[in-house]
Amino acid sequence: MSSNTRSTQQHYVAPVEETPLVAIDAVKAEGKPSNLWRDAWADVRRRPMFWISAAIILLVVVVALFPGLFTQVPPNNDCQLSNSNAGPAPGHPLGFTKQGCDIYSRIIHGTSTSLSVGLIVTVLVAVLGILFGAFAGFYGGWVDSVLSRLGDIFFSIPYILAAVVVMSVLSKYASIWTIALAIGIFAWPATARVLRAEILRVKNSDFVMAATALGVSRFRILLRHVLPNSIAPVIVITTISLASAIVAEATLSFLGVGLPSSIMSWGNDISQAQRDLRTAPQTLILPSIALSVTVLSFIMLGEVVRDALDPKARARR
Amino acid sequence: MTEIETQKTIGTSVPESRTDDERPLLEIKDLKVGFKTQTGMVTAVDGVNLTLYRGQSLAIVGESGSGKSTTAHAIINLLPGSGEITGGQILLDGQDLTKATKHEMESIRGRKVGFVPQDPMSNLNPVWSIGFQVEEAIRANGIASERKAVKARAIEVLKEAGLQDADRRLKQFPHQFSGGMRQRVLIGMGLAANPQLLIADEPTSALDVTVQRVILDHLESLTRELGTTLLFITHDLGLAAERAEQLVVMYKGRVVESGPSLQILQNPQHPYTQRLVAAAPSLASRRIQATGSIKAAEDSMGEDAASAAGEAIDLIATAEARAEALEAAAAQPPAIVVEDLTKVYKIRGTGDFTAVDSVSFQIAKGTTTALVGESGSGKSTVAKMLLKLEDSTSGRILVGGADLANVRGQELFALRSRMQPVFQDPYGSLNPLRNIGNTIGEPLMTHKVGTKASRRERVFELLDQVSLPRTLVGRYPNELSGGQRQRIAIARALALKPEIVVLDEAVSALDVLVQAQILRLLADLQAELGLTYLFITHDLAVVRVIADNVCVMQKGRIVEAATTDEVFENPQQQYTKDLLAAIPGANIPLGV
Repeated sequence: MSSNTRSTQQHYVAPVEETPLVAIDAVKAEGKPSNLWRDAWADVRRRPMFWISAAIILLVVVVALFPGLFTQVPPNNDCQLSNSNAGPAPGHPLGFTKQGCDIYSRIIHGTSTSLSVGLIVTVLVAVLGILFGAFAGFYGGWVDSVLSRLGDIFFSIPYILAAVVVMSVLSKYASIWTIALAIGIFAWPATARVLRAEILRVKNSDFVMAATALGVSRFRILLRHVLPNSIAPVIVITTISLASAIVAEATLSFLGVGLPSSIMSWGNDISQAQRDLRTAPQTLILPSIALSVTVLSFIMLGEVVRDALDPKARARR
Repeated sequence: MTEIETQKTIGTSVPESRTDDERPLLEIKDLKVGFKTQTGMVTAVDGVNLTLYRGQSLAIVGESGSGKSTTAHAIINLLPGSGEITGGQILLDGQDLTKATKHEMESIRGRKVGFVPQDPMSNLNPVWSIGFQVEEAIRANGIASERKAVKARAIEVLKEAGLQDADRRLKQFPHQFSGGMRQRVLIGMGLAANPQLLIADEPTSALDVTVQRVILDHLESLTRELGTTLLFITHDLGLAAERAEQLVVMYKGRVVESGPSLQILQNPQHPYTQRLVAAAPSLASRRIQATGSIKAAEDSMGEDAASAAGEAIDLIATAEARAEALEAAAAQPPAIVVEDLTKVYKIRGTGDFTAVDSVSFQIAKGTTTALVGESGSGKSTVAKMLLKLEDSTSGRILVGGADLANVRGQELFALRSRMQPVFQDPYGSLNPLRNIGNTIGEPLMTHKVGTKASRRERVFELLDQVSLPRTLVGRYPNELSGGQRQRIAIARALALKPEIVVLDEAVSALDVLVQAQILRLLADLQAELGLTYLFITHDLAVVRVIADNVCVMQKGRIVEAATTDEVFENPQQQYTKDLLAAIPGANIPLGV
């Protein structure tokens, strides 16, 4: 041993008083039992982003439900061409559109349209996406092949383009429902894909194997173990899809294949204002701001909720 | 131009110079490292002192969270973003590294201090060829800059690291290398610039035991040849003592004991070290081996060590408890019969792969059979087929006389309650979104056992059995440690009062002390409930403590099957001998 010739080191023992032993693997569960939702709430509560976006969304919902609380001006009946593209006037804080209608009133009254389209599309996308994604990912094999190819077909068509086609065909029946359907039918594959990938990951977990070994039925395993652990990205993607559905409705209306001009919506207003962008930019910018702020708050909320629900993010804390 | 000068010395082994003997190469004085968290600074390393002389080797031993890796990372300033050195000195050859600038640190890394990371699988970039990555390291260390010279040195490095036909290997990608080969590459890269100090952070923990031994042998001879000083980090006390002259035992960020390895191992002074010595499977297995019987091994433990270990678990006592239980359970009919079991996977392109090749064994009721093998030996596939999580290609499995192949529907459902698994990964085996009560109660719900109140009572009973407080019922897995999660997994497995428990590497991911606790728990539960265990593991040392019979698997076949004593005392196959020799601590006189 070469070390014998070297500077040998002393055997050092730390005083036990300074390095007390702790019970091996003692349970350290104190305070209130933590529960997923309670934890998520505690986490969310600390973030200003959550409060800001939640406040805006709440405001938007109230506006959509009770527009009368925010403006006394009837949105359509008061239009006078003499006011065309005029600036703010008493009682009309944001000025007038080309048709001489009150911009503020139109934004307030258009909220419910935009929000309804957003909500209907989101529900549709979530239901279709979860059904297709969950079954394709969990059952695999031919179920996966059939469902995934079907999703690919819809995925290969840009949903705006598809909605344009559908809406031009259905122009006679254009309404909040048809436009939501036209967007929703083509928007779900993204959700389905994300969920499928997540389910493929989760279904190989040991806890799924343990449940199988217990004799829990396949469907129950999907519902109870796999889906809840895969749903977090879907929650994010649906909040974003709510935002993009609102945008899509605006786009379609802007392109002239959306809602008839008799239905007030932000998209319609933006569409009609485009020709006057240089002379009266406020007629386009003001409804666009309403649109952006709403969309942004939904996206922000989605991010916050994702962070709070993600078990991996939770473990790191 | 110093690069060129150093270049000349490369390749020729440096004669051991002893002129600087008086001054240690590395001296850590009162080192403190903290991590920033949301709630403030958390101290990870709290006043560590360490001295390492030229040409010596030193191992830092400790459980996860003891601060051993943090200490090593602090030396070369590789602490993660939130970590920072809050006090003390790290003197490398007299230079204080805690005060080194970023630029100075870069020239120290690689050139003066080499580093071998823990996981060979994730530490090589999969999109670049091995050659590219080795050459990059060589260039970064300024060993050579001209294309041809770099390549020549890269080939040399790989040859030194023990890779045959290195020039051909340069063009290959990491996925074409086995784990052992990748670790050789990483060791080669760490030593490429002929550093004075090599830090190896658990260099072989991710590798099979036989590979681990070869790699460590190679590392040892290589560093001796080059005169490199070796600092290595490990959780395995046996391994540390075998491979290093000096030992530093860390516990909760502090050094509790340090000094010459043999002295510490044979005469541990600090109660924590005593606990470790008592709980290390490699040492326990050696001790049983040396004395020829478990009882004698227990007596030889030494009074003070055994008593001072206090509440800690002595593995030899566990082994003895099991041996006694076995005597009582003798002459029982077999609980499991496996005959000619074969599993063939069809792989697209490359044809069939036989994962399990006509495996046969029997397990008597109330006994433990260990299925031992390295990764890819097919041991886990056998477990999955036994649990009917996978179908066999051919062969039979009889559980309590019933042929698994014919069991379907309601019968299979009933059979599942008699046979339960516990898996390896404590973090993956519990659903993170369900609370402990629901997790343990799920088997009862699924099989509709009893009423709501009686099920609740049974959950409490199970928590008692695995020695966890009843208050955990409403808690979620994220509040529990790995060992506690594994207890929950055991409680879930026991809920339906099964006869058979399949333990698939159930203790492999745990720290030694926790592992010892769980092994003790398993032995106690077996004695109490008459359980039959199929214990799947890669660790023969653990087998010595827990199993009655051993089947050694290699490449899908059982190469040797006998009682544990027979396998350990008189192994017939070369492969078994290799596995036994690979248990760390073979060369340590334990003073028994």
